[in-house]
Order: sequence, then C-alpha cells, then structure tokens
Amino acid sequence: MKKFDKDRVVLGIAAPVLAVVGALIVTALVLLATGKEPFHAFDVMVNYGDKTDSQVYILNKATTYYLAGLAVAIGFRMNLFNIGVDGQYQLGAFFAAVVGGAISIPGVVEVPVIILTSMAVGAIWAAIAGVLKVTRGVSEVISTIMLNSIAGIVIGYFLQGGRLGVLDKDANMVSTKPIPVSSHLFSFKTATDPVFGFIVFAVLAGVIYWFLLSRTRFGFDLRTVGRSESAAQASGVSVKRMMITSMLISGAMAGLVGMPTLLNQSYDYGNDFPTGIGFTGIAVALLGRNNPVGIAVGALLWAFLERASAGLEFEGYDKEIVGVIQGVIVLAVVIAYELVRRYGLTRQQRQVGAELAAAGTDDKQEVAA
Amino acid sequence: MRRVSKIAAAGVVSAALALTATACGSSSTDSGGKDKGVGMAYDVGGRGDHSFNDSAARGMDKATKEFGLKSKEQTASNSDTESDREERLDQLAGAGYNPVVAVGYTYGDAVTKIAKKYPKTTFAIVDSVVSAPNVDSMVFSTEQSSYLAGVAAALKSKTGKVGFIGGVHNTLIGTFQAGFDQGVKDTKPGDQVTDQYLYETDDRGYNDPAAAAGKAKGMLDKGIDVIYTAAGLSGDGSIQTIAGKPGTWAIGVDSDQHEDPALAKYKNQILTSAIKNVDVAVYDLIKSVHDGKPKVGTNSYNLSNGGVSLATSGGFLADVQAQLDAAKQKVVSGQIKVKSTP
Repeated sequence: MKKFDKDRVVLGIAAPVLAVVGALIVTALVLLATGKEPFHAFDVMVNYGDKTDSQVYILNKATTYYLAGLAVAIGFRMNLFNIGVDGQYQLGAFFAAVVGGAISIPGVVEVPVIILTSMAVGAIWAAIAGVLKVTRGVSEVISTIMLNSIAGIVIGYFLQGGRLGVLDKDANMVSTKPIPVSSHLFSFKTATDPVFGFIVFAVLAGVIYWFLLSRTRFGFDLRTVGRSESAAQASGVSVKRMMITSMLISGAMAGLVGMPTLLNQSYDYGNDFPTGIGFTGIAVALLGRNNPVGIAVGALLWAFLERASAGLEFEGYDKEIVGVIQGVIVLAVVIAYELVRRYGLTRQQRQVGAELAAAGTDDKQEVAA
Repeated sequence: MRRVSKIAAAGVVSAALALTATACGSSSTDSGGKDKGVGMAYDVGGRGDHSFNDSAARGMDKATKEFGLKSKEQTASNSDTESDREERLDQLAGAGYNPVVAVGYTYGDAVTKIAKKYPKTTFAIVDSVVSAPNVDSMVFSTEQSSYLAGVAAALKSKTGKVGFIGGVHNTLIGTFQAGFDQGVKDTKPGDQVTDQYLYETDDRGYNDPAAAAGKAKGMLDKGIDVIYTAAGLSGDGSIQTIAGKPGTWAIGVDSDQHEDPALAKYKNQILTSAIKNVDVAVYDLIKSVHDGKPKVGTNSYNLSNGGVSLATSGGFLADVQAQLDAAKQKVVSGQIKVKSTP
C-alpha cells in the first residue's frame, strides 16, 4: 500500500515536469525553424527572469494571475466554465475604484470597503449567468462571454469625463477619481520596486479556497455536483442552488483580481487598466489542475514567461515566442496528465488482474484439494 | 514500475537543469552603456500594423539610416500594467538608448516617471503631454485631417451614407470621429453618418482585425459605401472587407495605406488616408538629438505645418481636389473650427 502511494506521488510530479520539458522541446524546435539559436534564448530568459527587479515583477504579476486562476478553478471544480472572470474583475475593479475615489475615510475601513465592493460587483455579475443557467438553461459559456462584452460597454459608458471619470485632455486619459493616499495598501520594500501587499490576501484566498473545497460539506457537495449532477441530486444536494452559489463565489473571487493593481499600483481605474487577465486565469487554472498550490506554481510560471518575453525581445528574438511557449505548455499539461492518467489506469487494471488471478489460483487449489 | 522510475528520473533531471539558476540580486536594467541609438517602445500592434506604429517606425528607419544609428524596439501587449510600460522604457534608457520614443498615450505616466530617473536621456511621447525638461510631447490635430477625410467621404459617397469605425471609444479616437462627422455634415448636411466603436475601453480595439471586419460588413449591408476606420492594425480587417464589395471605399488612417505593400491587393478601393505624420515628428526628434539640440517641450502637428494631411495617392480624389483644397484652406486659416470631441 505504501509503495503504491509513492508511485502516485511520482506520477503526480511526472506529469507537470513532462509538460514543461515537452513545451521547451517544442519551443526549441520552433526557434530552430525560425533560424534562431534556442539555447541562447533559454539562457536569456533565465538570466533575465532571475534579477531582483524581475523577481518582484514576477511576484506582483503572479498575485493577480493567482487570484484569476482561483476564480476560474472554483467554476472548473463544479464543471462550470466561468469565462466571464474577465468582465467580472474589470467591472468589480471599476466600481470599487469609483467608491474608493468618492469616499475619504480612514484606510483601515476604506480598503476593506473597496475590496468588498469589488467582490460584490463581481459576484452579482457572475450571478446573472448563474441565474440564467438554472432558470432558463442558458449555457454559462455563452452568457459569461456576452457579459464580458456588456461589462466593457458599461465601463465605457461611465468612464467618461463628466460621468464617473475624470478626463485629462492633454494626456488623452480618462480615469476614475484617485483613491486617497491613506487608502493605498501597504507594500513590502525591496532593493528595487516594492512587492504588492495584496500578495498576503492572495495567499489567504488560496487557503480559504483549499479549506472550502476540501474541508467543508459545501466543498464536498460542490465537487460531487462537478463529478455527477444526477448522483448529487440523488444524494440530496440541490444542484441549482450549488450552481448559483459557486457562480457567486467564483465572481467574488474574480472581484479580487483587479485589486492588486488598484490598491498597490494605479490607485484609479483608467483606460490603461490591464485587460484580458480573466483569460490568463483559465490557462493558469488548467496548468495548476485546480489545486491551490498548483495554481500558484502556474501563476508564477506564467508571470516568469511574461517577464522573460521582455528580455527576449530586447535580445532580438520575437516576443511572440513566449506566446508559443505558453500555448504549448497548456496543451502539454493537458496531454501529459491524460497520458499519465491512462498509464495509471492500465497499471491499476494490471494490478487488479494480477490479484484476481492470484485469488483464482487459490480457488482452484481449494477445489483441487 | 520501471517505466515510472524512468519518467520520474527524466523529469527530475530536466527540472534540476531548468532550475539551477541562482538569484544574483542585480537589476535587469542596469547594463549601462551610452548612446546606443534609438529606443522605441511601440503601442499594441507594434511594427507591422500598417498604420500608427508603422508611421513611427518609418520615421525611425529614415533617421537611423541617415545618421548611421542603431536601434532597439519593444512592443506593448494588451494585458500590460503600468509596471510593464515603465520596465520597457527603463530597459531602453538604462541600456543607453537615447532618445527613447514612447508611441501612444498609454505611456504617459510611465514617461513621467522614467524621464525623471534618466534626466540626461531625451524621451518622446506620442499623443500625450508630459511636462518634463527632457520630454518631447508630440500632439497631433487629427480632427483636422479627419475633417478632410469627412469632406472626401461625403463627396464620394453615392448612397449618401458613410461610416466611421473607431478602435476604442476614448478621447483620442473621439478626435477622429468628431472631425470626420463635421467634415461630412459641412459638405453634405443631408448625409447620414454611422459611428461605431470596436471596444469601449479595451485596447484590443487596436489589434483585432476580425472585429473591424465584422463592423465593416454590417455597415456595408446597410448601404454605407465609404468607411473611415481609425483603429490601428484592426483597420486591415475593415479594408479587406470593403475591398470585397465593388464600388465601396475605405479610408485609411495614420499611414498612407494605399501605398502599403501589405495592403496592395486592396489598394484600388482605398480612397485616401488621413495621415498622421508620426514619422516626421519622430525623425525630427532623432535628428535634433543627433545634432545635440534635443527638441523638447510640447510640439503640435496640424494641417498648417503638415503634421497631419490627407493622402492623394491613387488619384481617386482628383475630381474633387479643388473642394478639398478649399476646405483645407478654411481649416488652416481658422475660418472653420474643427471640434475635437464628438
């Protein structure tokens, strides 16, 4: 029994490592095909990603990606594809920025108010898709994609001079009123740029995610619904309520995605606020296999690759090569896990077969005796 | 079992190889050096967008060739945060590139911060104003060139319906729309103008040709026969779609898109382009730095100094050139005030 567990651990590690190595090989081939020398490129990536300021950057980016990964993973665990994290976090961050800019109360109170506003808005936006799904059977994939677009339009409507935005005509920039200095979140000083204080909240979110899903009845129900709706229904779980609840939680988690940028960097929501992080979150959740630690590794890897892309471009490589690596890694992860799963399955069958055969011979012996 | 160990061994070895890196506590931008040449930080779409960024690239290519300078190019991406933009400029300035040109207003804050860090380097920012002693702020009166595009569209439309497609619904693209709308209305008050945007705030609007193609298709189906697209690389999509319907016209933006080799297949339906001579501004700046007299401060480019213009290549406008010249004259003399907000 002990030995079997060890094998499982080995199998568990083998898949992601195989995926990364496979991705590196494919990338090397792509680089060779474009007439560039691959090993120098990897060297550039590692050396560049290795510097102190790069590490700060990676941690800060990964904080955001981690939250996005968690938000997507909650849906995944329940077999819900929340493609709408992108719209949920942007809308949440936007209204949080508006609230933050409008009020001026002590930071200790204001920061939680801002965070909760963003979570609430994200949850409400996600709930629309949840309600549509349980009441009218609308696929959440379609509705969340459309809600992304609508979120963009809503923000675009309000983010104008004279509405909720402040226009800087010379700079061609529109942004919400900045959050007062007293409500800027703490950060950790380093030799170069500071590390976002929000990383603490991200870690907390990871712990809560783990606890909620694997240590509570709610988490058990959620995973049950994800595995088999009918089985969950039969055992007394209200599937509809679970769907709405998990959409709410996923949306609230998505509301956190914009917070590191808002509270630690930009302090307002302008037309330069980062977009598309929700989609990065999907890739990160896939990489991390919905596991809180795995998602963290995925987020760090993703941030490292993005950082490395700047170094590559500087050295005359095509920046797109990092996009190729990212895509290949996601594919490789899916393939590697499937391969390892199948291998594990055959091995298990063989073991069972061997045990049965052994039992069979015992029976025969009994009969013979 | 043996297969598992093999897989594991292969995995562990490769992981070890990949992770032997050690942190060395230094910064990625302090490589040093002086006067390496021109550092260029593009907006999304980058070199090869046949439009806005390519215009800046042309100016740089001309200057580097003329003065024998080297150059380094970096490109923005859609998920950029402030730190990405700062890093890009920091990297270029830190490596010794001078001047460092930031293409696009999103670099505004980053230029403010990094220009302070490198007071001896000259920076340039396109479409934004940064008041610092070592920054050249290049601002373009694109509403004026768009006004002429509107006049041309009104004169050339047979259906009396013209369209405008903007990449992102923001202040900057608003100047294109405002000028275009006014140009059409001043020429043919009865004409109908349809204004549409690809995205509200997302800067994917500048590199999503498929979205522009969809919008253009919708406009063509409604009987609109002249479409002006101000959306960077996305404009390719609408030009292609328009070229699929004979008798309709596309109006390009920023670069003279009729002359772009990549768009040569469609050039017979590219009526004209509202040119924004970022290339001239960039060339002037590089030259000034090369001459030791950096051209800093806010520099305006408009119709009267040739900083913006309406392309005539292709000769499709020859029949209405007199009216266009008259309109241009009125704008230059101030007789017509072109609005910069729709």
